[in-house]
Formats: sequence, structure tokens, C-alpha cells
Amino acid sequence: MLNNVSRRQFLEVSGLVAAGLGLAGCGSSSSSDSGSSDGSIKVGVMGPLSGSVAQYGVACRDGALLYFKQVNADGGINGKQIETDVQDEKGDATEAVTVYNKLVEDGVTAIVGDVTSKPTIAVAQKSVEDNMPCVTSSATTADVISYGDNYFRACVTDPFQGKVMGDFAAKQGYKTVATIFDSGDDYASGVADAFKEECAAKGITVASEQGYASGATDFNAQLTAIIATNPDAILSSNYYQDDGMIVTQARQLGYKGVFLGADGWAGIVGGDQDYASTADLEGCFYCSSFVATNPDESVQKFIEDFKAEYNEAPTNFNALGYDAAAIVCAGLEAAEEKGGTPGSDDYKQAVIDGIAAAKVEGVTGTISYSGTGDPEKSTLVITFKDGTEEIFDTIEP
Amino acid sequence: MKDYYNKGEERPTLSASVAKPAGVYRSLPMPARYAINAVLVLLFLVIGEGLISGGVVNRYQSGVLEQVGIYIIMAVSLNIATGYLGQLPLGHAGFMSVGGYSCALFIIHMMPVLGVETKAMAAMSSPAAIGLFVMGVVFGGICAAVCGLIIGIPALRLKGDYLAIITLGFAEIIRVVINNIDGVLGFDFTGGAKGLSGIPGYTNFLNVFLTVAVVIFLIHTMMKSRHGRAILAIRDNEIAAEASGVKTTYYKTLAFVVSAFFAGVGGALYAGCIGVMDPSKFGFMKSVEILVMVVLGGMGSMLGSVVSASVLTILPEALRAFSEYRMVVYAVVLILVMIFRPQGLFGSYDFSLSRVVERCLNKDFPWKKKPGAPAEPAKEVSADE
Repeated sequence: MLNNVSRRQFLEVSGLVAAGLGLAGCGSSSSSDSGSSDGSIKVGVMGPLSGSVAQYGVACRDGALLYFKQVNADGGINGKQIETDVQDEKGDATEAVTVYNKLVEDGVTAIVGDVTSKPTIAVAQKSVEDNMPCVTSSATTADVISYGDNYFRACVTDPFQGKVMGDFAAKQGYKTVATIFDSGDDYASGVADAFKEECAAKGITVASEQGYASGATDFNAQLTAIIATNPDAILSSNYYQDDGMIVTQARQLGYKGVFLGADGWAGIVGGDQDYASTADLEGCFYCSSFVATNPDESVQKFIEDFKAEYNEAPTNFNALGYDAAAIVCAGLEAAEEKGGTPGSDDYKQAVIDGIAAAKVEGVTGTISYSGTGDPEKSTLVITFKDGTEEIFDTIEP
Repeated sequence: MKDYYNKGEERPTLSASVAKPAGVYRSLPMPARYAINAVLVLLFLVIGEGLISGGVVNRYQSGVLEQVGIYIIMAVSLNIATGYLGQLPLGHAGFMSVGGYSCALFIIHMMPVLGVETKAMAAMSSPAAIGLFVMGVVFGGICAAVCGLIIGIPALRLKGDYLAIITLGFAEIIRVVINNIDGVLGFDFTGGAKGLSGIPGYTNFLNVFLTVAVVIFLIHTMMKSRHGRAILAIRDNEIAAEASGVKTTYYKTLAFVVSAFFAGVGGALYAGCIGVMDPSKFGFMKSVEILVMVVLGGMGSMLGSVVSASVLTILPEALRAFSEYRMVVYAVVLILVMIFRPQGLFGSYDFSLSRVVERCLNKDFPWKKKPGAPAEPAKEVSADE
């Protein structure tokens, strides 16, 4: 019976369904087509809200939406409320371009996004034509800001983090170091490459460089090769799930030295689960711009507000999303002072100029720009002490 | 051949041949058939361009239409290997990435040589830019075809799941090579894991539309030719085909290489549409995504591939309002179609405009019950999509 549906019947039914969907689609699109009305400024928020990197997209969105909500509660910008347009791009560059086009058609004035590197590059290349002010919370790849003046980022770059950790290794007096990184991940390999260069410049020997394939869970082969060179420190520049396994397995192999990491380490303790034991992590270092144990007043207030809103502790990505929204708002404020209609070309240029000149007191440090889309902000070197994260050092730009 | 199946499915009556009416079934001459289809293509093109330049279709929608065109090329090209040749290759994304990377690299490196600016390339404003685009797309296709040849010769000795696995493996090899070749070469070539960025946005609605029309025309004419018939014969019974003197190895490789060529063309357009190539996007799932389009539309039906590629590309966008649930709906649609139409939306049916015109000429409408069916046209040799 089931198989007896003929082509003609099937087409009739599917035609009806398609027509119904089409009608529904038209209905919804015509209502959302309003653009920026007088009393509000429309800002787009895009990121991977589903798919394999959804955790970062959702985190950045939550942070950004919290900031916009607070601004609106305080009366908005120049009396105008901020209207957000949140879109999902599934971590895919193709969808990101589509979403970007959609946001432009929806009439947004500025965009918070994108979140991961390659979709952000795709959006950055497209956004130059429209001179659309965009602030990415977390795309760390160097290229993102190189296509035009309209793209800014709230985070620091991969090479910058590698350089910071290289300088830090020199400061700590390490003589030989090694690196282990996911060779299929541009973030991990980008940090490791810059670290290697900086170490070479500071006269530190990089004894061993070990890449592994994405998705690996057994690092014994790479770690054995590294430990044979007996380095003072090992840079594991990956995301915390991998870093946790690497640290644990290295300790099992008898490695006693220090592990270094970049901001991918954020969440290795106190997150959804502990990826490495307290004892294994003791005395390791990573650099990041946000840590929950930061005694700074604004950081603690952000943590409190975030917990009140979402009932969970904020992560590094939440904080970056929050700061990205703050940077956009700084630009909007400057543009409002000049006047003009949100969404117009002059207004967008004013937002870009506003961001370039802004100095934002964010929860991930004080952020300002000097001619490029790369922020000048302080970086925290964080260490582990009895299972909690502590600020070991603050590196000023 | 395909039509025969379809008639069997739709009208299982044997009485069709019993009583033939008097009079001759009027058929169209070949030039008229080509003319009808050329007019149809032009009409679509003029309407599409008019809507876009008139602002009725906005940039978001035309961007989605570009992707629809790209996936139509991908599905139609896979249909050669899956629907017409009857094999199950799972490495189509590999050919797509080869085509995309080679076209993008070709254009990026040739732009300074020919003195074409990035802006001119993106806007297609000079003859040099148009020439470079055509050369790049063909170059991308040729590179993919070479890869298809390399994998096709050993792989096509195998059948079914073995072939699926070897093509899957080859696509993975392509991906890993693209990921790591920079380290081996010692200079920036494919960009490795961080992707190839800075590709000028040379893809627009017009050139996607024209490429789709050309690709569909070429595949259609190939399948209606002697070579196409040989490929279909291999699908239906390889031993019988070989016994009848069809060079099976040659025709299997030919179909596979042509399939890879057009996949490369699709990849070339994709590179220009997105502006950044990411090797990790051309994994196993991309191949499966394209295969799903072909199977959903009906293996061996070009119209099926076109419709299902369009539907499956537009569906997630049309359902954007339902946010998180949109991918669930996507999956449910797939499951429902496979339950109620296991042979795919169109089975092996193909639409022919000239056939419709002929039917109108003969006043032979499906809803018109005649005493005794009219004589069928002897053979379908239409030149339609």
C-alpha cells in the first residue's frame, strides 16, 4: 500500500504542501521586512547556533544579547531601543554568506558576528561591498580584518596568543620547549606556529613539533616523542577537550614539566566536566582575556548578571560576545551623536569611525583600536592552583 | 528506455496497443524541439535577471538561487554515475573540492597575468574577466576529471559497496592532501587548514544560470547519444551489454570522468560564490548530501535531480523562521519521501517540453479518456532537460 503512491498523486500532495509552505513563508517574510523603524536600531547577531561548533555560537549570542538587553533596559542608545535579529549559520561558510545577505536585506545597521574563523572570512569578504560595520567576538584568524576597514574583532589573534606564550616561556626561563597541536585546525596550528617563531627569536629551542589529526583521542605516540626530548614546557594549543586528554596522558607517561596553552584552554576546569585532574594541571599556564576568578569589579558584575539571566556561569565566549556587543554599541553611540538614519550609508560609516575611535571598558579588558580591526587589549596569563584558575600575570599591549 | 519504465509504472494496461486510432501522431522536427527549449531557457533567464535587477528578488534570495544552481550541477553530475551508470560513488565532494580549489587558484594566479582587477573579476565587467571565468571553470572541471580518471580506472573494477568505499577513501585522500600540501611544498598554495581565502566573488546569478543550462544540455545530449545508450545498457545488465559489444570498462570510466568533470564545474562556481574554500567542508557528509539529492529526486531522472537539489537547498532557508526545528523538518521530509516514494520523487521519469507540445498538438491529454489510446511516439529523442 505504502509503495503504491504514484508520481502524479505524490506531486499533487507535495504541490499542495509546497504551496502552503510558500504562503506561510510569504506571510512571515512580509511581516519581518520592516527594517529599522524610527524608534529603534536594528543590529544583526549571527553565529553557529546548531551544528558541530554550536557551543561557541550559542555562547557568543548569549553574551551579546545580555549586553543589548542591559542597554535597552537603561533606555537604549540616544533613546532608541536596539532590536536584534539573530540568525543561525550552522558553522558553514555557505550559510554564513546567505545569512549575511539576509541580515542586509532585513536592514540591520551593524552585525555582531561571525563566530568561527572561516565563515567570518566569507562574511568579511562580502561585507566590504556594503561597508557594513561588523564586530566578530571570537574569529581569531589573522585574515578576518584584512579585507576592509569595516571589520573589527573583540578577541586577540592566534599569532598574537602564540607570541604571548613564547614571550612568557622566555620570561619563565625555559630552555627547550615542544608543541603538540591539531594539524587540521587552523586555530591550534596558528598558535603553535607563532609560538615556534617567537621561541626561535628568543633563543629557546623548539625540540619537537607534533601534529595530530582532528578527532584523535590517543596522543601517546606524539607525547612519547616529545618526552624523549625532555622539554621544560609543552605548548598544547588546542581546545580544552583535547588539552585535557593530552595533559592526563602526558602525566601518565611520567612527564613532570609545565604545559602551556592558549585561550582554547578556558573551560578545562569548572566547565561541563573536568577534563584533567587537579594534580595534573597544577602549575600549568594559559593565556586568555577572561577568567571568572578575576577580582575586577566589572567582571564580577558581569558574572552576576549573566548568572541571573541564564542561570549558569559565563565562559570566555560569553564574555567575548558581551564585549563585541559593547563595541558595536560604542560605535552606534558615536553615530547617534552625529545624527542620521540608522541603516543609511553615512550612518554605517559613522558607526565604523565610532568603533575605530572607541575605548571600551569590556569584561575581557580595555579594548581600543589603532588603525586596524585588531584590538589593543591586555591579556591575562592564568595558572592553576589547587584546581582553581588564578591570574598569574597581566600582559599589557 | 527510461520512458518505457515510466509508462509501465503509470499505465499498466496492455490495451494500449490493442486499438490504434486512425490518423498519424504528429511529431516535432528536431530543430523545432531545440528552438522550443532554447526559448524556454532564454525566458527563464530574462525573467530571472529582470526580477533581480528590478529588485523583486533581493540579494538574499538571489544568493540562495546561486546555491540552488550549484547544487543542481552537483546533483545532475552525480546522477550520471549513480542514476545512469548505476554505481554508488561516495566521493563527489572530493571532485567538487578539486574543481573549486583549482579554479580559484587558477583565477587568483592568472588575474595579475591578464591584468584583471579583483573588482572587475567580481563584477564580470571586462571581456578578460569573462574569459578568465570560463577558462577557470573549465580548468576546474578538467582537474576534477583527471582525478576522476585516476580513481575511475582502478575503482570501476569493483561494484556496489566496494566502489562506494574506494571512492569515499579517495575523497578523503583529496581532502587530506589539500589540508597538508602546504607543509610539503613549503609555500602557501592551498592555504591548508585555514582555508583558501581572497577568492574574487566571480559567481553571480547570470553565470550560474548559464552554466546550469549548458551542463544540463551537455549531459542530456550525451545521454541521448550512442555513448549514453551504452552507459544505460551497462546499468541495466552489464553482462548483456558486454556480450552485445559495448566496451564496458571504457564507458564506465567515461561516465565516471564526465561526472567528475561537472562536479568540478560545480565546485568552481561554489568557490566564487563563497569566497573561501575550507577543506573540512568537503568531507563525507557533503558527498552524502549530494547523493541524498539524487536519490530523493529519483535515480536516473534529470528533472528529479534538479527539483530535489532546488527543494533541499531552499527548504532549510524557507524554514529559517522555525529556527532550531528546521533541520528536523528537513530530515522528516527525507524520511516521508523515502517511505512513500522509495524510487524517488520522479522515479526515472524525465520531463520533456517538446513532448508536452506534441501532446497538445495531438490533443492527447492525460485527463482525456479516449476509446483506445493514441499511438505513442515511436521513440523519445527530445532535446529537453
